[in-house]
Amino acid sequence: MEAAITITGLTVDRGKKEVLHEISTEVDRGVITGLLGPSGSGKTTLMRAIVGVQLVKAGSVTVLGRPAGSASLRQSVGYLTQSPSIYQDLTVWENVRHFASLYGLGDEEAEQTISDVGLGEQSGQLARDLSGGQSSRASLACALVGRPEVLILDEPTVGQDPVLRDDLWRRFRKFADEGVTLMVSSHVMDEANRCDRLLLIRDGRIIADDTPAAVKEAAGTNDLDQAFLTLVRERDEGEAA
Amino acid sequence: MSGTILASTTGRILRQLRHDRPTVALVLLMPVLLLTLIYYMFEHQEQTFHRVALIMLGIFPFIIMFLITSIAMLRERRSGTLERLFTTPVGKLDLLFGYGLAFGLAATVQGVVATGVAFWVLGLDTAGTMVWVILIAVANAVLGVSLGLLCSAFARTEFQAVQFLPLVATPQILLCGLFVPREQMAGWLEGISNVLPLTYSVEALMEVGANPDPTGTMWRDLGIVVGVVVVALALGAATLRRRTP
Ligand SMILES: Nc1ncnc2c1ncn2[C@@H]1O[C@H](COP(=O)(O)OP(=O)(O)OP(=O)(O)O)[C@@H](O)[C@H]1O
Ligand SMILES: [Mg+2]
Repeated sequence: MEAAITITGLTVDRGKKEVLHEISTEVDRGVITGLLGPSGSGKTTLMRAIVGVQLVKAGSVTVLGRPAGSASLRQSVGYLTQSPSIYQDLTVWENVRHFASLYGLGDEEAEQTISDVGLGEQSGQLARDLSGGQSSRASLACALVGRPEVLILDEPTVGQDPVLRDDLWRRFRKFADEGVTLMVSSHVMDEANRCDRLLLIRDGRIIADDTPAAVKEAAGTNDLDQAFLTLVRERDEGEAA
Repeated sequence: MSGTILASTTGRILRQLRHDRPTVALVLLMPVLLLTLIYYMFEHQEQTFHRVALIMLGIFPFIIMFLITSIAMLRERRSGTLERLFTTPVGKLDLLFGYGLAFGLAATVQGVVATGVAFWVLGLDTAGTMVWVILIAVANAVLGVSLGLLCSAFARTEFQAVQFLPLVATPQILLCGLFVPREQMAGWLEGISNVLPLTYSVEALMEVGANPDPTGTMWRDLGIVVGVVVVALALGAATLRRRTP
């Protein structure tokens, strides 16, 4: 079966700087890929390129066999932006309902998704009156409600308590089991451990691309936090030398 | 463009408006209050009241809709919702026409209320029927919407967006014939006023004021206003970029 996401020689400029340098990788269907890397390393930029809202300088991104961002793909790709992007002057219900309708879905899916992210009780509340974590979950609900085949989630669990985080990760796993391809960026190594595969990027380059176990082994440690530090610092020192 | 997505977008924008009570009050009551003010200002100059009130029925919807649209669209651009919409099946035209329809509808309600009060409470009188006045008021509101959508592309903050109002509206209001009849202006001023769309909507209103039936000039003026709306929407569409740096 062809890959869900194929990236070849992707180079992206932001401002006057080149922030992604000839990135190439492939992501299989039904897999949860964790996108890790220091702040400013290019995670959000890479995700924007995959959903087709990032101007790219060179290279190509193909999703489900079609060029990223093409009209026919937009039915099948869900994107969660890093900072919540919902309408502040609509209720949770109205927000999710609106995004559902864009995919031709109705009340039932909206209601289900709202309760999936644990906002059942806040359904009638205006988005501007939500707490930070609730607001992120409302935004997540808008990304999930279209039942996409590919889910690109930029730090979906930031600001959530451990119980909710665990809940959401179980849900992500369930999606993957159903064949959905997920790419999830995170700074939390305990979450990285739950991915099938990790992409570690630093300064716009992929420095590790393997299963969590293999990444740990390569770094010679049992602790992913430690592995992350080792891999990132190794490169730093390599460059300094 | 798709029917369901357009309907859903229009509904969403109207719902946003509904949750914003002060803005609803602004849209519905502001023109009425200002018309009442004008009524008392010209209490003893009936002819002047008729002329000024009629012109104002065209100018208020333009100003208010310009302001509301430019800020609503700016929020859409800055809050990340636009970026997100561009990853969904929403098309640029769905969005632009959604705004046009939603605020056009709001403007129709506003036009009916303001015109109704002007005619039935304040005793405004025109040779033509008030239906034409409402139609021109709505066209003006949609003109405000389309220019607001366009201008929002050039503002980074709401503070900047508000500053486009005097820039876009003041010259048009000064030169549309409200203060000085256009034929009495210096040639170059008249030349400028000739290329400003509000000039034509005000002229159309004056035609309704003076003639019992719609005149050719009125239709031509209305056509010009609609033409400007189409051009502004097309330019607005060009400023909506799916891919950004
Ligand atoms: N709009 C922009 N204009 C100019 N440079 C930008 C812009 N957005 C991001 N950058 C730069 O691009 C680089 C990559 O940013 P990106 O947002 O992809 O990082 P990230 O890995 O997602 O970081 P974080 O973990 O903090 O979210 C950074 O150096 C950032 O400063
Ligand atoms: Mg980021």
